[in-house]
Amino acid sequence: MSILVCIEGDEGIIKKTSIEAVYYASETGKIIGDEEVIAVALGSYDTAVLENLGNYGATKVIHVNDEKLDKSQIGVYSEIFAELVQTTSANLVIMSKSSFGDNIGGRIAGKTGASIVSNVVALPNVSSEFEVRKSIFTGKAFATVSMPEGLKILLVKRNSVEVNQTDDKAVIEQIPLPNALNFHEKITGSEKAEGDVLLDDAEIVVSGGRGLKGPENWDMIEDLAKALGAATGCSKPVSDQGWRPHHEHVGQTGVKVSPNLYIAIGISGAIQHLAGVNSSKVLVAINIDPDAPFFKAADYGIVGDAFDVVPRLTEKVKSLK
Amino acid sequence: MKILVCITHVPDTTSKIAFTDNNTKFDVSGIQFIIGPYDDYALAKAVELKESNSGNITVLCVGEVNVEPTMRKALAIGADDAIRVNANPTDSVFVAQQIAAIAKEDQYDLILMGRESIDFNSGVVHGIVGSLLDIPSVSPVMKLEIEGETAKMTREIEGGQEFIEVQLPVIAGCQEPIAEWKIANMRGIMSARTKPLKVIEPVACDKITSTLSYEKLPAKGSVKLIPAENAEELIDLLKNEAKVL
Repeated sequence: MSILVCIEGDEGIIKKTSIEAVYYASETGKIIGDEEVIAVALGSYDTAVLENLGNYGATKVIHVNDEKLDKSQIGVYSEIFAELVQTTSANLVIMSKSSFGDNIGGRIAGKTGASIVSNVVALPNVSSEFEVRKSIFTGKAFATVSMPEGLKILLVKRNSVEVNQTDDKAVIEQIPLPNALNFHEKITGSEKAEGDVLLDDAEIVVSGGRGLKGPENWDMIEDLAKALGAATGCSKPVSDQGWRPHHEHVGQTGVKVSPNLYIAIGISGAIQHLAGVNSSKVLVAINIDPDAPFFKAADYGIVGDAFDVVPRLTEKVKSLK
Repeated sequence: MKILVCITHVPDTTSKIAFTDNNTKFDVSGIQFIIGPYDDYALAKAVELKESNSGNITVLCVGEVNVEPTMRKALAIGADDAIRVNANPTDSVFVAQQIAAIAKEDQYDLILMGRESIDFNSGVVHGIVGSLLDIPSVSPVMKLEIEGETAKMTREIEGGQEFIEVQLPVIAGCQEPIAEWKIANMRGIMSARTKPLKVIEPVACDKITSTLSYEKLPAKGSVKLIPAENAEELIDLLKNEAKVL
């Protein structure tokens, strides 16, 4: 029996969340007993990049090295993964909880008749049934869920496991692109913010809210983010007013982040915003209003004028380097 | 154009979450239920499409009788008829099987739903339905235009967006800014009372997950405030005490 991990990458780089998924799979393999961990990578990757998945516990990597797969097309990817679930007789499929995982994990479940649990935050407990803990109510609570016998799919939330590394290398098996695939979706283009740290992958996020008074004041946020190597985010009113692009909106109906450090500047802390950040390890609030609800959720806080405080923090961070 | 809009009946986003019965049940006391915010975008988009292309909107909800007021709201906003699958929606595969069973019987050009429910946040139902029906599914969709038999969509990806074209029928998991939320007007509210709401029993689905218990997020300790005049001290604390720098 084996555990299959569906790898998500971008231009030949494997996402951090997929590395976590590999590690999660290998730790789960130890719990349920000596399972082979097979990572599946679709599209163009360097061999060395794939071998290094062994560092995180993958024993084998199945690679379909075909540039037709360089863009992750939901339908085709799902078909290939579902096929490999059968041929490797996998009993567990692990993916990261992301737009990729939602789309493809769902389709694999429908295709294979698997049960599926999304937003998993801890390794399974198999002492009686197969039980997993998942985040619910947009981070406001957890549920313990038991899964039935048979093929299972888990979508693992980012930062749910602390990854350890070894020097082990994975064996690579190249397979050709299966025939008779239906390329239903035509991807006609894409747009990406260049050169920035992505919110989803970030260890540190610096977010700004309406307290910054206008998009012209965002340099301050970007300077601090740059000094910290952080991604930038914003509150809903800020993206609604077009001060910042929609993909930076953090909150209940935007991106949910779980970085090590989240710094909220001029964000009052509406419950909908907190829902998107409450699985961060450390929360910092900087706000001129001492009654801002964010101070109730934060670990550290500064009651003060962002326009005074933030540039000083940036200088201090720079001085440490 | 025939559109199926799948909605969830979920606690308002400002709800305080609590559990009863030894943490095995969600505490509904004092909770205001709403159409899932993402589903509300899906519904608004369906209404827009109907206005420009004509057609019919069926709203579908898997839930017990208590979800009917939420379904009537969807009818008031602009759906033409409604189907309630009489079951508690506790598992993604189960819910997807119900949707697929209805969609197999009645062919829809477009199946819209929110990208995820805001209670269980699984976000996988669109994909499961798509593979059960063997039609494309795309999520989260921020923009959707129908040109003839082609759906042109903008999908949010990490740090950007991707443009996708597929032939109908298709399933889309919706999110803002696909359409502006619609508010029911008086005429809508009046007519919603008499629009058909059909109740059907669920199809069987054997391999489903079950929730054993719930747990609230542990309470946070109190915030450590740093005086603004010593703001730099925050960086030392993050480095040496919290160890996150």
